[in-house]
Parts: sequence; C-alpha cells; structure tokens
Amino acid sequence: MAIFYVLLLFMIIAAITAIETKNLLSSVICIGAVGFGASLMFLFLRAPDIAITQIVVEVLGLIILIRATISRDLTFITGDKEFFGTVVSVVIIFVIFLAGVKVFETLPDFGTAVFAETPGAASQTYISEGLAKTGAANIVTSVILDFRAYDTLGEATVLFTSIIGATVILRKKAKKLLEEPE
Amino acid sequence: MLQKEEISNGAKGMTIIVKTIASWVKVLIVLFGIYIILFGHLTPGGGFAGGVILASSYVLLMLAFGREFVQKNMPLMLVSKLDCLGALLFALIAILGLVFSGVFFVNFLQKYLPGWPLKLLSAGTIPLSNIAIGLKVGASLFLVIFLLSTFRRDTSANR
Repeated sequence: MAIFYVLLLFMIIAAITAIETKNLLSSVICIGAVGFGASLMFLFLRAPDIAITQIVVEVLGLIILIRATISRDLTFITGDKEFFGTVVSVVIIFVIFLAGVKVFETLPDFGTAVFAETPGAASQTYISEGLAKTGAANIVTSVILDFRAYDTLGEATVLFTSIIGATVILRKKAKKLLEEPE
Repeated sequence: MLQKEEISNGAKGMTIIVKTIASWVKVLIVLFGIYIILFGHLTPGGGFAGGVILASSYVLLMLAFGREFVQKNMPLMLVSKLDCLGALLFALIAILGLVFSGVFFVNFLQKYLPGWPLKLLSAGTIPLSNIAIGLKVGASLFLVIFLLSTFRRDTSANR
C-alpha cells in the first residue's frame, strides 16, 4: 500500500515540474514521467492490460511532442503570468479541496474492488461465467469483445472518424503523398 | 547534444549507428506486436495495445531512415486502405453474427465450433476481432504521425 503513495508523490512532483520549468525539453520529459508513473500504478493495481496500453501510447505521445517542439527551434517559454487569473484559480481549488475532504472520508481504501461487495453485481457474473460462456481465458478481453462489444464498436467508429478528420485537415500540405501513383 | 539541423530536416534520417540498430530491432518489435494481438484472449494485451506496438515499429523506421524511405516502402495509400479494411472486417464480424444466429454481434463461432479452452484456437470470434482492431489501430496511428511530421513551418521539406 505504501507503494501507491510513493508513486502518487512522484507523479505530483513531475507534474508540478512540467508546469514550472522554462525549458521545453525538460517539460516534455516530465510529462513522460507522469505517464510512466501512471503505468506503474496500474500494474500494482493488478490491471496489466491497461498498463501495457498506457506505456505504449505514452511513448508514442512523447515522440510526437518532442518532434513538435524541438524541431521548431522553440526551446524556452517566454511571457509573464497574470495575477488575477492566478488568484481566482487558487481560490476555486481551495473551495473544491474543502468539499473534497468531506467526500473522501466516506470512500473505501484506494485499490479495493468496490463492486465485489455489492450483491447482484455484473462483475461477479462476468468472473464466474466468463470462461464457460465465451471460452476466453482473459476475462478483460471477453468483456470488451463479447459481453460489451457495442462499446468497442463505438470506440472503433470514433477512432476512424477522428483519423478521417485529421487526414482531411492535413491534406493540403501532404497532397502529393496521398495521391495514387500513376 | 542533439543536432538541430539533422532533426529539423526529418526527410533524411539519422546517423549510421541508429540505422543499423533500428534495422535489427524493428523485426523484434513487429514480432512482439503480432504476439500481443494473436494471444489477446489468453494473456493481457489485446487488439489496441498490439496495434499501437505495430504502429510504433514503423515510427521507428520513419525516425531512423527518413520519411522518403518509408514512403517508398509502405505508401500512404496502402496504409489508408489497410485502415479501412480493418474497420470493415470488424463490422463484417458483427453482421455475420446477425446472419447466423439472429442476434447482432453474437459470438457465433463459440456456439457452433467451440474449440479447446486455454489453447490458441478458442473463444470463437474474439481472436478475429482482435486482429481486425489491431490492424485498424496500427494503420490509423501511423497515418496520423506520418502526416503530422510533414506539416512543418518551413516549406522546404515538402516540395
């Protein structure tokens, strides 16, 4: 249980460093450290599927960010912070923190399965009947591709539509790459 | 320290040490990605993670050898067609469930040809769905990263 708090502290320190530093390369590396800490946290919370996906997408996102910032010769952030905006943000965060302290006392411990104690929960049905009904040993895959396959169909549609949108917008610059060779 | 000219002119690639190591490592990355997709119903992983790993092997080639080499090797029209093929395969598996059993998106192979549990040939349409999703996600992400890298502020790289 102590490993959760150590990783949480690591992620918070990396996030604050990413905001406060003036060098863009350091900022991008700190963002990568936050994603790496999240992947370790998923591994210790016994969710290896999400940990694999998180670390691979984090590496790809880091490559995109580094190529986008370093190659344009922008390595330093300039400009001042606004005073009024900072004061309003601090006041709102303090009010939400006071309300959150009351809510956090009623939640169970970090990392426990909440639905395992609820009677008639769907998760217990998936665990007990997953292998018999679908034949897959990985219960997570049997949930996302058999019991709840509509959600995966919707997610694939969203990814497809966003890629079409991005290709249409970037088409003007990459016009000769997307034409058929004669 | 990184050389700014070599990185800003991304069309030519990196030094010869990077090119040699990348040409050895890309085979391992593609093999690992195919393993994660195929065994998605037995071990952690599945279509999404495996697809991203396949896309990242081609991103490694693009960073090490330059954009023109990758454009000759795997043209963008082919990548776009693979993307559409993956999406169509996934929709086809859903419609075939309606044709064979009267319910949309039912696992029809598990009812008629069950296979052996805990082996590779099991779980009905789940491995086929994993392959379709992996193809789709990998092609989509590689397409977006390639197109984003041609979008530069100076116009000398895309003449």
